[in-house]
Amino acid sequence: MDTPEPISAGRDAPPAGRDAPAERLYKNNPPLWLSALIPFVLLAALVAIFFFTNPLAIFKTGGLPPVESLSFERVELLPGQFIVTVFNGSPDALTIAQVTVDDAFWEWEIAPAAELSRFGRATITIHYDWVQGEPHAITLFTASGTPFTHDIAIAAETPRPGLTQFIAYGLLGIYIGLIPVGLGLLWFPAMRRMGRKGLNFLLALTVGLLVFLLIDTALEAMEVAGGVAGVFQGLPLAMFAALLSWLAIMAVSGKQAEAERDSSGGRLRIAALIALGIGLHNLGEGLAVGAAFALGEAALGSFLVIGFTLHNVTEGIGIAAPVTKDRPSLKSFIALAALAGLPAVLGAWVGGFAYSPLLATIFLGVGVGAIWQVIVEVGRLLIRDAEREGLPVVSWLNVGGLLTGIAVMYMTAFLVK
Amino acid sequence: MPRTLSRREFLKLGTVGTLGIAGTAALRQNPAAIAPPSDASMPGMDDGMHGMEGSNITTGEVDTSRFDPMKYLTDFDYGKTSTLPNGRTLREWDVFAGDKEIEVAPGIFFPAWTYNGQVPGPTFRCTEGDRLRFNFLNASAHPHTIHFHGIHPPAMDGITPNIPPGGRFTYEFDAQPFGLHLYHCHTMPLKRHIHKGLYGTFIIDPPQGRQPAKEMVMMMNGFDTNFDGENEIYAVNTVAFHYAKHPIQVKVGELIRVYLVNITEFDPINSLHLHAGMYKLFRTGTRLDYYEYTDNVIMGQGERHVLEFTLEYPGLHMFHAHQSELAELGWMGMFEAKS
Repeated sequence: MDTPEPISAGRDAPPAGRDAPAERLYKNNPPLWLSALIPFVLLAALVAIFFFTNPLAIFKTGGLPPVESLSFERVELLPGQFIVTVFNGSPDALTIAQVTVDDAFWEWEIAPAAELSRFGRATITIHYDWVQGEPHAITLFTASGTPFTHDIAIAAETPRPGLTQFIAYGLLGIYIGLIPVGLGLLWFPAMRRMGRKGLNFLLALTVGLLVFLLIDTALEAMEVAGGVAGVFQGLPLAMFAALLSWLAIMAVSGKQAEAERDSSGGRLRIAALIALGIGLHNLGEGLAVGAAFALGEAALGSFLVIGFTLHNVTEGIGIAAPVTKDRPSLKSFIALAALAGLPAVLGAWVGGFAYSPLLATIFLGVGVGAIWQVIVEVGRLLIRDAEREGLPVVSWLNVGGLLTGIAVMYMTAFLVK
Repeated sequence: MPRTLSRREFLKLGTVGTLGIAGTAALRQNPAAIAPPSDASMPGMDDGMHGMEGSNITTGEVDTSRFDPMKYLTDFDYGKTSTLPNGRTLREWDVFAGDKEIEVAPGIFFPAWTYNGQVPGPTFRCTEGDRLRFNFLNASAHPHTIHFHGIHPPAMDGITPNIPPGGRFTYEFDAQPFGLHLYHCHTMPLKRHIHKGLYGTFIIDPPQGRQPAKEMVMMMNGFDTNFDGENEIYAVNTVAFHYAKHPIQVKVGELIRVYLVNITEFDPINSLHLHAGMYKLFRTGTRLDYYEYTDNVIMGQGERHVLEFTLEYPGLHMFHAHQSELAELGWMGMFEAKS
């Protein structure tokens, strides 16, 4: 309707004499279904040609060695045995020929078969008198003699799902997630007595600690992505998860009208967003701690848990910072604490009982995207305040708060690294 | 059970002997199912000495129609003999170098370079003073040579010429001195040409011969299956644990003579330790009086000795490298002495 006339005319009837061959080409348009189908048919034909004639055989002059990729999905330690689940991410089938434990050939059994098709899985049982608290290495040899090794840093029995373990891992999550966030929120009354400057300092501090968490989560995602079978493309997967979660949170918070943002409801929503972002980060921490306990690295045990608790207390301040001008209900606080803290419980369960690098990569990627958007939201609060007061955003006060936030997180991270 | 065995050794014997020989094959018949721990430890439970732990052994069997370590053990190649006008014996061999995939442990295949299609190559045997002629054909895709240990003109030493693929060369020299020697390819890079499998044992018997005995050749070798400069698999005569799964049959009291050669690449030393027995050690086999009476000898690469011994008691006698790592990665075997 509001399309300019010449273009619309051009589409329907081009000037005579111009592009005559092209005109002929388009004259007898095939039906839509046919024109949509033709590329598919040709593609299928191409695939068939490759499949049946293998034109690439010309490259295989010297019998190329097989490209093999075998990933350890799960290694369970039971009394007197290892149970190893592996995934074949290589382009072809591969056969597991022998197994060594600590550089000694060892007897093994495999189900369903020693030959793993592409994307195939198998479970290997090795009866071995492993030593509590000592490192072990399991190596699988394929038929080509290629070794794939999994290092067990510190051997300890893998927890079997049971009520006691379920409660124990749940408590682990509560110690590192819910309790510190709740403790941090208890500073709320003190925070309310601060002036504008004090609050801005706290908001800047929140941005600082979120920046730390962003980098920390991103690095963790990259590390975990390294353990994902190549075919699943761990790193891109983490990035897409981040992109998606960022867009999703933006879409949700974008619905708010600009005016509403500065209402108490709007500020509470920002606090909730912060809690969500921090929650996703804590999910990652829960995964890490749960997996560490499950993999027997609990030797660091209570120190690790206390470390995470101290490290995460600051997160409570960050969540409370946007709502210091308001009087949120107790229910809101509980909800905020649960949103930020409880994912750690879920993380500890998943990490302890069903750790999968693939799942962990996705979770951590989602965390990265969420934290990024939370930084944007809190930053916006600071910018608006500065505009209202006619002051620069990058003030000594704000920079000081930001650096303090990063420094606090950096220092407390010493406890868990 | 021999009194001299320690409890630990007894455990090893029990584990490897019973479980390794009797149990493994049976256990592997049905790999489709994960046996519960009680079933899996059944073969070992027979003697009641150990619990659920499995055994330090490979799983499955190699295809012995391709290469049979048991046959290789006593397979001496005396060549095609004829008498020269001066009355001396001429021995002639046809040797070819070729590329072949060999099975170094059940299911693990190694892209080897071989003499006459096997690793180790054939054991050439002659008597001091014989005239030897090796008609070499290089049927491999890479240049190779044959370098013999012993005394001969440098032109016959197998350094030059380097024989190109498709090329031929005749190595001809007198057999001297008597002793236990070896031969291997000397094309550079030497490490690769040796560890890929181009080596074999070369025995020159003393003119008066040695005491009659049950004789066997053991070449201590290793395989770097992922080409990272370290061996993944060790053995005597190529196949990891073969003589552990299939003990070498001997008689109590009979004289046994082992021609032991160390051709292990990458590791500086290897050794042979005999359980429940002691052997006379003839260093390089170049003298007829023995050097030492021992049950363990440490050998550098290229070193070789003749061992003579008798087993006094019936039963399984373990032998292995006393470098435990090498033993656990395949270099372990058994003599089974019967009265």
